[in-house]
Amino acid sequence: MTMLQGFQIALHALRLNPLRSFLTMLGIVIGVASIVTVFAIGSGAQLRLQEQIRSIGANVLMITPGAAYQGGVRLKDGSKLTMTESDVQAILEQIPEIQAAAGSIAGTAQIIHESKNWNTTINGTTTGHFMVRDWQLATGRYFSGTEEAGAGKVVILGSTVARELFAPGDDPIGAQIRIMKVPLEVVGVLDRKGPAQDDVAFVPLSTAKLRFLGSASNINRDSVAYIIAKVAADGQMAGARSEIESLLRQRHRVPAGQEDDFKVQDPAAAMEAQQGAIRTVALLLVAIASVSLLVGGISIMNVMIVSVTERTREIGIRRALGGRMRDIRLQFLCEALVLCLLGGAIGVAAGITLSMTVARMAGWITSIDGEAIGLALAFSIATGLIFGFYPAHKASRLSPIEALKTE
Amino acid sequence: MSAALPLISLRSVSRTYRTDGVAVTAVRNVSFDIAQGEIVAVMGPSGSGKSTLMNMIGLLDLPSDGAVYLEGANVADIPEDRRSSLRARSIGFVFQSYNLLARHNAIENVALPLVYCGVGRKARLARAEASLQAVGMLHRAHHFPRQLSGGEQQRVAIARALIASPLIVLADEPTGALDSRTGTEILALFAELNRTGQTIVMITHDPAIATRCRRTIRLHDGELVGDEVQDRILPKRSTAS
Repeated sequence: MTMLQGFQIALHALRLNPLRSFLTMLGIVIGVASIVTVFAIGSGAQLRLQEQIRSIGANVLMITPGAAYQGGVRLKDGSKLTMTESDVQAILEQIPEIQAAAGSIAGTAQIIHESKNWNTTINGTTTGHFMVRDWQLATGRYFSGTEEAGAGKVVILGSTVARELFAPGDDPIGAQIRIMKVPLEVVGVLDRKGPAQDDVAFVPLSTAKLRFLGSASNINRDSVAYIIAKVAADGQMAGARSEIESLLRQRHRVPAGQEDDFKVQDPAAAMEAQQGAIRTVALLLVAIASVSLLVGGISIMNVMIVSVTERTREIGIRRALGGRMRDIRLQFLCEALVLCLLGGAIGVAAGITLSMTVARMAGWITSIDGEAIGLALAFSIATGLIFGFYPAHKASRLSPIEALKTE
Repeated sequence: MSAALPLISLRSVSRTYRTDGVAVTAVRNVSFDIAQGEIVAVMGPSGSGKSTLMNMIGLLDLPSDGAVYLEGANVADIPEDRRSSLRARSIGFVFQSYNLLARHNAIENVALPLVYCGVGRKARLARAEASLQAVGMLHRAHHFPRQLSGGEQQRVAIARALIASPLIVLADEPTGALDSRTGTEILALFAELNRTGQTIVMITHDPAIATRCRRTIRLHDGELVGDEVQDRILPKRSTAS
């Protein structure tokens, strides 16, 4: 008897009792579906993080305000804008590893263009910001020196904002928009960087301070909310970081022994750590899902053992008519395999549906990769072989004479 | 020389079962030959060892003592897998309770032994049709066993026994579950098969059936107590009981 014949016999036997066959494979269906779903959600989360890491740009350091002290009392991190535009200048001029740097202040505001409006982040910064983040223009230009120095009424839009405010085919360049009643001219639209990054509008730092966000500066007109700086090469990250730290301590006159009033972070590194954590959680969930595969396998073994007992006479007949022990074993092994493969296939379909539903309902990014599907199917084949072997072996060992006597 | 070789030879065959420590001898020191083309009735009351004898001739069981030869080969020397394959090709079983697979239709049941001979599906079904035709059951090819009468089921079972052109057909009480009229028809079918040269061994406890076979082997308590050959088979009407 060939493998193909084994599968034909198995399919025939399973079709005779569809409800029982389905219930038998339900454990495998649930196991495989949950593995596929967990994989899809896990790799979706990783994709999202990777996109964020990419969007920040390579070799970027971020400097944010730390705790400020007022009369010996430690205030909350970021409670005072301790960074200034002259810090940016100093970092650029005194640290050779830094290629570009920019200070930013940011807030939220409504942008109006004709009859459309959109609420988004308004980021006041300098052209250096785009250099640090390797952010190219889709159309138009960056801010000019005059605009940066003189609070020019210009704006560069992120692609999401441009899409929301302008009809397709409408050229935003040169158009007038309004932010908090201030008319601004669109001079550029940025390339896409990722859904979370593209929902933003940039104005010159001086413009932002003078016209929109000035009151946010609670030290002086020179301060910025954060600084981003690009380091020339990957290997120089640590060196550049400590140079920035000592430079800023010196400039901010932080006494020895007191903690910095700023923080230098490597966002990409932090996110990579986060990515590792996501991977660990996903693996844990897969391990839990595998338990249901195990349970599914046991239920298949259970039903197969019952089935062998019920079909003892059939086994006797097949043996008398020339079926070898290995033919009987193959027949029952094929049944277990077909159950598992079918269960696996239904499980993959259910898992894909489930993760797509999760993606839609919860707004998560999910990603279904062939590797996860292959792994789930391999698991179900292994389950079929492992848990089908014992009943099949038992069936093949039946004495044909005894088997023929059973009713 | 090989032409003179008997199809089946039993030499001092005994079969002892051991259940729960108690040894029961079902067949004791039995010897006989069956030649190509014979039709033999094995007679005896229940418990006389007929079924055990048939299991050994049918390669389902091995003697505890003595030897069974199929075409000169000691079956005890044939490995288990090979014996199974020989059953598919050389032995045709007909059972008292038909033993058709309930969930397969007649033609699939008939084709079943060919699955184990490695015959492809198309050829299997073609040969199964021919075999059903030979027993007059082609018109029921796609009926399931439960849709057939006892006599019809037994005809399908005979078609199944014949499909691989076996050396020997072994029938265990083939009319035991049938009414006498249907039983007579089945016996007539066996007689006709034998006329075409098919070797048949029929196990029965019914003397009326034995009279329709040319040779009768009688067993009692596992021992051979008679081996007679009739010159003339009695006319059909005398078998009706």
